[in-house]
Amino acid sequence: MKKRLNILYEWVNDRVHLEDLVEFLGKKYVPVHSHSVWYYFGGVSLFLFIIQVVTGILLLLYYKGSEELAFESIKFIMSKVAFGWLIRSVHSWAANLFVLAAMIHMFSVYFTKAYRKPREITWLTGMLMFFLVLGFGFSGYLLPWNELAFFATKVGTDIAGVIPVIGKPIMVFLRGGEDVTGATLSRFFGFHVAVFPGIFTVLLGIHLILVQRQGMSEPLHIERGGGSGGKTMPFFPNFLLRDLLLWLIVLNLLAILAVFFPWELGQKADAFAPAPAGIKPEWYFMFMFQTLKYIPAKLWIIDGEVFGIMLFSIAGLLWTLVPFWDAKSARGEKSRRIIYIGIFVVMYIIALTILGWLS
Amino acid sequence: MENRTEQPAQPRKRELLMWILSGGLFGMAASILYPLFAYLKPPRLGEVETSSVKAGKVDDFQVDSGQIIKFGTKPVLLVRTPNDEFRAFSAVCTHLDCTVQYRREKGVIWCACHNGTYDLTGRNIGGPPPRPLDEFRVVIQGEEVLISKKA
Repeated sequence: MKKRLNILYEWVNDRVHLEDLVEFLGKKYVPVHSHSVWYYFGGVSLFLFIIQVVTGILLLLYYKGSEELAFESIKFIMSKVAFGWLIRSVHSWAANLFVLAAMIHMFSVYFTKAYRKPREITWLTGMLMFFLVLGFGFSGYLLPWNELAFFATKVGTDIAGVIPVIGKPIMVFLRGGEDVTGATLSRFFGFHVAVFPGIFTVLLGIHLILVQRQGMSEPLHIERGGGSGGKTMPFFPNFLLRDLLLWLIVLNLLAILAVFFPWELGQKADAFAPAPAGIKPEWYFMFMFQTLKYIPAKLWIIDGEVFGIMLFSIAGLLWTLVPFWDAKSARGEKSRRIIYIGIFVVMYIIALTILGWLS
Repeated sequence: MENRTEQPAQPRKRELLMWILSGGLFGMAASILYPLFAYLKPPRLGEVETSSVKAGKVDDFQVDSGQIIKFGTKPVLLVRTPNDEFRAFSAVCTHLDCTVQYRREKGVIWCACHNGTYDLTGRNIGGPPPRPLDEFRVVIQGEEVLISKKA
């Protein structure tokens, strides 16, 4: 067996020079310090993405993306197909854990200022992927074509519509017409299974290559305090094995959630039925939804909604561009302002999310 | 002395650990792969068993012609022969699943996919088909043409 593998390795090596890669991996080290735990969340996000690709492809074997058949096909998956309930439940739960893991990853990178020079591109690709993850969530939510999804999509696309000048065309593009109909479902289906995964894979490739090439960033205060004192751990196999162990734990968590809290299907969407009482967006959109409720209808001459959306757009843009305006961190200096902003954002999101759940 | 008692215990402990670990890994792989492969297999749809269908009125069918009739989910070819007999066969070619048709000029049942031919008793007489078409029973009840499965 080992001999055969060696022959195979030599055959490939002869053609593509694997030894460079092996040598590179052998020399790769991960710094060990008090904040090392955050290094694992990128890997967890990656693992959840892989889960989504696998379960997503499985769902595609039976899912039918049309107004008449979408709801029925998921009912079919959940009731007739062997383990269909499990696959769908895992896909829904992994989607939520994916958003959560990506958020933790993003905030940990922000607070340790790992986005600073020379890792601006890694941060940018990461942020773009994060927005795509939200897009995955939003588009995937509609695919079962149930009541909640129908109204969530109506509200979500309507919000895009209030942006001055460009909002309306964007809304019509997203909906495939003036209203949320079967045409919207077809579009969202296309975005969800083809457009987004394609773009995401490219960004992920760049992101991972950069991480490999530049190595792990160390938090500023540790780097300034003389670094982790040279304390490191080989990436292969030490760090990788720890990564895999955590993946195993996440997989178990996922299995427990999917089995004991199976995802519901709800009622089929009906364009002529009123919105059900207590309708709420997914938890990761909750803070924005809740904020819009508090803004008065009219602020001076602008509509409250427009104001809220512009506020979130600008905040999101500034957040994405943080490596370019945080000059202090780039120079390796302590920057308290960044930390305060970060704490404020985290507190705001948590507070508004709780308020949203309570109301 | 102590060394000699400990030494043989270690490999056994290691072996046990190996068994537990690889058994656990194997169990995990099986518990993931079994649902996965079970999921891949399309479930049986509760098909309504069709035993007979009404094809139509006798006058709906011309002498020396053939027509495909829906028999449950399967196509059946109903032929009214030149000597005014009704015959029905499964329209599924025994070669590769294409749907056959009645060819008036030649008085045969013909499959367009690979040029297979059957005579009007369903016997395979030319081309690749390996066996005759399955025959169905035709009963004329007053004006109605009824097709049913041969017992």
